[in-house]
Amino acid sequence: MQEWANQLCENRQFGSKMTDSKYFTTTKKGEIFELKAELNSDKKEKKKEAVKKVIASMTVGKDVSALFPDVVNCMQTDNLELKKLVYLYLMNYAKSQPDMAIMAVNTFVKDCEDPNPLIRALAVRTMGCIRVDKITEYLCEPLRKCLKDEDPYVRKTAAVCVAKLHDINAQLVEDQGFLDTLKDLISDSNPMVVANAVAALSEIAESHPNSNLLDLNPQSINKLLTALNECTEWGQIFILDCLANYTPRDDRESQSICERVTPRLSHANSAVVLSAVKVLMKFMEMLPKDLDYYGTLLKKLAPPLVTLLSAEPELQYVALRNINLIVQKRPEILKHEMKVFFVKYNDPIYVKLEKLDIMIRLASQANIAQVLAELKEYATEVDVDFVRKAVRAIGRCAIKVEQSAERCVSTLLDLIQTKVNYVVQEAIVVIKDIFRKYPNKYESVIATLCENLDSLDEPEARAAMIWIVGEYAERIDNADELLESFLEGFHDESTQVQLQLLTAIVKLFLKKPTETQELVQQVLSLATQDSDNPDLRDRGYIYWRLLSTDPVAAKEVVLAEKPLISEETDLIEPTLLEELICHIGTLASVYHKPPSAFVEGSRGVQHKRIPIRSGSGESSESQDTGGAPGATEAPAAVIPSQGDLLGDLLNLDLTPPTSTAGAPPGPPMPMGGMDLLGGGLDSLLGGDIGGSPSMGSGFGAPAAVMPSSLNAPVGGGLGDLFDLGGGVGMPMGTFVPPKTLWLPAMKGKGLEIMGTFARRAGVIQMEMTLTNKAMSVMTDFAIQFNRNSFGLAPAGPLQVPTPLSPNQTIDVSLPLNNGGPVMKMEPLNNLQVAVKNNIDVFYFSCQYPISMLFVEDGKMDRQVFLATWKDIPNENEAQFQINDCHLNSDAASNKLQGSNVFTIAKRTVEGQDMLYQSMKLTNGICVLTELRVQTGSPTYTVSLKCRAAEVSQCVFQCYEAALKN
Amino acid sequence: MYCSCCFSLPNSSGFSVATMNGQLKKCHIAITSFIDSCSPFLIPSSLSPSLCDSSHNLDSLPIVAVEMIHSLFLINHSGDIFLEKHWKSVIGRSVCDYFFEAKEKAAEPEDVPPVLQTPHHYLISIYRDRLFFLSVIQTEAPPLFVIEFLHRVVETFQDYFGECSETVIKDNVVTVYELLEEMLDNGFPLATESNILKEMIRPPTILRTMVNTLTGTSNFEERLPSGQLSTIPWRRSGVKYTNNEAYFDVIEEIDAIVDKSGTTVCAEIQGVIEACVKLTGMPDLTLSFMNPRLLDDVSFHPCVRFKRWEAERVLSFIPPDGNFTLMSYHVNAQNLVAIPVYVKQNISFFESGSGGRLDLTAGPKQTMGKTVEGLVITVHMPKAVLSASLTATQGSYTYDPATKVLVWDIGRLNPQKLPNLRGSLSLQAGAPKPEDNPSINIALKIQQLAISGLKVNRLDMYGEKYKPFKGVKYVTKAGKFQVRT
Repeated sequence: MQEWANQLCENRQFGSKMTDSKYFTTTKKGEIFELKAELNSDKKEKKKEAVKKVIASMTVGKDVSALFPDVVNCMQTDNLELKKLVYLYLMNYAKSQPDMAIMAVNTFVKDCEDPNPLIRALAVRTMGCIRVDKITEYLCEPLRKCLKDEDPYVRKTAAVCVAKLHDINAQLVEDQGFLDTLKDLISDSNPMVVANAVAALSEIAESHPNSNLLDLNPQSINKLLTALNECTEWGQIFILDCLANYTPRDDRESQSICERVTPRLSHANSAVVLSAVKVLMKFMEMLPKDLDYYGTLLKKLAPPLVTLLSAEPELQYVALRNINLIVQKRPEILKHEMKVFFVKYNDPIYVKLEKLDIMIRLASQANIAQVLAELKEYATEVDVDFVRKAVRAIGRCAIKVEQSAERCVSTLLDLIQTKVNYVVQEAIVVIKDIFRKYPNKYESVIATLCENLDSLDEPEARAAMIWIVGEYAERIDNADELLESFLEGFHDESTQVQLQLLTAIVKLFLKKPTETQELVQQVLSLATQDSDNPDLRDRGYIYWRLLSTDPVAAKEVVLAEKPLISEETDLIEPTLLEELICHIGTLASVYHKPPSAFVEGSRGVQHKRIPIRSGSGESSESQDTGGAPGATEAPAAVIPSQGDLLGDLLNLDLTPPTSTAGAPPGPPMPMGGMDLLGGGLDSLLGGDIGGSPSMGSGFGAPAAVMPSSLNAPVGGGLGDLFDLGGGVGMPMGTFVPPKTLWLPAMKGKGLEIMGTFARRAGVIQMEMTLTNKAMSVMTDFAIQFNRNSFGLAPAGPLQVPTPLSPNQTIDVSLPLNNGGPVMKMEPLNNLQVAVKNNIDVFYFSCQYPISMLFVEDGKMDRQVFLATWKDIPNENEAQFQINDCHLNSDAASNKLQGSNVFTIAKRTVEGQDMLYQSMKLTNGICVLTELRVQTGSPTYTVSLKCRAAEVSQCVFQCYEAALKN
Repeated sequence: MYCSCCFSLPNSSGFSVATMNGQLKKCHIAITSFIDSCSPFLIPSSLSPSLCDSSHNLDSLPIVAVEMIHSLFLINHSGDIFLEKHWKSVIGRSVCDYFFEAKEKAAEPEDVPPVLQTPHHYLISIYRDRLFFLSVIQTEAPPLFVIEFLHRVVETFQDYFGECSETVIKDNVVTVYELLEEMLDNGFPLATESNILKEMIRPPTILRTMVNTLTGTSNFEERLPSGQLSTIPWRRSGVKYTNNEAYFDVIEEIDAIVDKSGTTVCAEIQGVIEACVKLTGMPDLTLSFMNPRLLDDVSFHPCVRFKRWEAERVLSFIPPDGNFTLMSYHVNAQNLVAIPVYVKQNISFFESGSGGRLDLTAGPKQTMGKTVEGLVITVHMPKAVLSASLTATQGSYTYDPATKVLVWDIGRLNPQKLPNLRGSLSLQAGAPKPEDNPSINIALKIQQLAISGLKVNRLDMYGEKYKPFKGVKYVTKAGKFQVRT
């Protein structure tokens, strides 16, 4: 028996020696050399061991690419395992060793003919991973055969390979007709092949936003739905995501698709479930609400969503982010499921915070008692962030559910009694908001709040407390003492507190003028004379002036009735929500941002929209489904930023009283207008795509073409509104150079293009006049740019109302974005353009003034300017002279501001005005200049500093152009 | 809108000099093919060798990636990357720095957010068995898809190597690599079913490793597995057993929050039916329940025929071979969830802040006449609690002053003699009275009971002639079972 055990023990040791970990132990010194020798050994076994060692090194990130030729030499072997190992290596390194990879081509081609389907598939798969142009030529024939292989395993592998090849050389894939073959595979008898073909096509379509690759029609949808039931879970995800892009013709089709997708809700794979939810959420919009099926569907959606919450925490997190959207869109689905969102002690913090957010969204009169009890419980947990958020949540509940306000306030008071410092501070911040929402109701608690004055050490809480004291000064006997106590350390306070203190004392003075004169003088002098902060100083001066000229007016302004705060300021703006619903399950839904806003290299931004219910002719109904994003009015209080509600509120109160004073209660900006612009909001959030091109596309609004000349002013108007919001006196718009001849008719086979560039409302527009000087009509216009220095690319298709008949002239304006590929051009602002029409493709190049790229937020802080100026080495400084300019410095500053060149400071030395200016390019490059204007002299001197010195010349040109026009 | 096919020029190099107004002479880049607006124009290598060779230039261009999961990094508990796999180009390890930053910030490894945004990539990670599986993706991809895939990777490792640990992965690194390659192709999952994988890549066993080394045979299957492409991808053909058996375990976990006073705040049951089916041939099974109405929120293994479930409420399926999860379900109707035990607790700290008292008693509540076993009560103490001096009438307790966790392992719950744990807690000198309440978690096990009341009625087999052994087992456990104090 003992002997047996010993033997076993020995075997163990023997066994453990046999594991791969031995490959990790090779010594560093001469390792590569040794491996090289082994790889070239005659013994098969030794070769295999050597390749394994190479792979082991690869897995831990060692660079073994130097062994490429030796490993490739091992490829010609009958030993499948060795072959496979070599393939593994090849896939990893082929990209960095393209020329070497070509050595392997013959073997690949041979393997693609192998009788064993496994080898055929392996070869075609590996070949597709080698991203070398030269190899792709050899790949075409084998790939074509494999796409029609008798074995479905090979076919499905080949389908994926088409997508790989497309990524390397799209043109080749099109020329070779692989796309058509791929489309044929959608009708393949094997569901796995169908799924992979769909996946490949979706991926290709993503890089071809305008192509009609996945031509979804009722027949193809039917095929997809059939394959959906039979293919693997991953294939189901691809098919469901593809289905989600389809727009059913009518509610009946919509219903039948929903019926066939519903079983996916019971799939064990949560990604399948969420993709199915996406399809259902989208198509549901088309169903009439009175339909029985609609109600059934609503009921069916809840359980799978709840089930997602019992999965692993990572899955829960993604699910919760999506549920957050679903709850906003259709609160009825989960309104009875409040309890599943209750936070468990051992949930990770990221899950806890998300659950809390959804709890507030679901809070209603029916469940508020439960919710409050929970929130109160959470406020005693360990995690400080979570506790704070729980306290804020109580405040949000109070604002959201009016009937519960009283309970919320008493809960908050209980929490204040705990004397836990951060709990008290959060509670005071939210109580301030409750006062704003329900004035003259809960002021009795002020006394309790005042007791905690000394423990407040966070600016937000201090500011909130000061606001309360100022606002209710008449009810607080010792308000002046309280405020005075804050005043002692005035200069050590944060700006937020300083501003609030200033306002509060002015309020106090207006309410109790007799006792507080000294106090108000003290604060005004602190704010105006001893402070460096311009906001504080300006506010101080305004109050001072107001109080000294007309105390009655001051009272009207400062003590004006404040607009009530809205309960749902944290909701996602409806059009964005619509888009996000179409992106359920994606990263966009996790970040609650449109994909265009953050995915790098997101090709061709497609704004997805929920289809509108159509057909039955009850237009009023489609309105109240909320499914017509273009037509429904946005709720008045929508604030585009998703920032914390409470933060917003405080900011609102902090804005200089001038803006709230005269204005009637209501939002300061006419936000309702934005919704009408469709994509407009996305462009504000996303920042890179013009509002105009997406306008027509989404909601089947008047045929896709909209005269683009009409779009521009609309966009401009929007921009103006925001400029107003910015509060700076805006001078005339951006300087637009006159149009120049870009493509003469002779070279354009009759097409003449004159053009210029303009920046309107933050969007670069390429404005062109197209003239048809040929004898025949022109149609099918399209435009494309070569790579250029700043990645300019058309933000949408060229919208030319066609046909362009002979001698007709048309103005078009094409919005551009900066999402295109980048390559440095010479000169820097050169742009190579290709325009296509039914006749030919024409190429020309033009130069854009660099001022088009100056962004609206290019104004630098003074301190930053100074620091940056010092920081940039002197060799980057360039100096230019501008002659014959007869503007004075203010006019020059105004003119330049129109081109987003911002004057930060002005200094006058011995009759010479020095303007310090900054601008920022779309790619983040900042340019700093000093403009010297000698009174009475027509010559300006521009000194310019920039980290990227190449731009100097272009900037100088645009200074000259802007100043002289 | 345009069709890009008619957009290219037949001879790309011919036009460039002629039409570009001479600009091109200066710059050696020509528009050669007219492709999609966002992908870069292609530069023929023949025209500009300098550009193609210099990797610097290529790197600065936005690389348009296609696949979903670009790379995978395995990171151990202490933050070392011990394995990396790239499905396309190699992404430098520095991308993980963003993850390490987040890990640094998180209090516990479990608290690292699963989705992280970096300037050029997205990092999606899961934390399993004290390892991080970190995937790098470049384009918009469904995060659940990625997370589910990562879970599948972990399960496959567990299945192949018995556990999923750094040591075992390093020991089998080549197999691991082969597996990863087989599971994902260009971002598309290829073969994730364990039985298919096992036919392609044999799991290592000590015996096989020895035999392989001695005889030089490989652990790699030379032929395409037959089951791969049948319409039932989860089952291979030609399965043979001498003992045909089919066992089903109905496992239910109770997730509940009970408040101070013993009232249930919320409670739900997560159930799964785990199957172990070893049957010859292509059996077609039907499993029916006594009370299928309980099940309104279910998710099934792909083998289950959904239509039959919808119509008749029976599970009809051709089972995978071996172990698999047949279905999972969720019962959250409050009245159906029985709470098997109660904990009477009194944990208090003295106002002075010098210490406190603890008194816990556990007792049976709704056990349906069964015995509660494996009862363990875990208390997460406030940070200030230094040590505990307690007496247990049953079982043993430990207090870990580092993690502040008190574990009381009771074992079997005797209804006649309720277990009690009481004594004093001592606080750090000078620490104030703790602000947060301790939280109590309960673990337990009840054999031969599905607490929801679910009962299997019968199992029938069609399609094969032999008579299999059949068995159903029930067990109830506590899941996230929490008592507030």
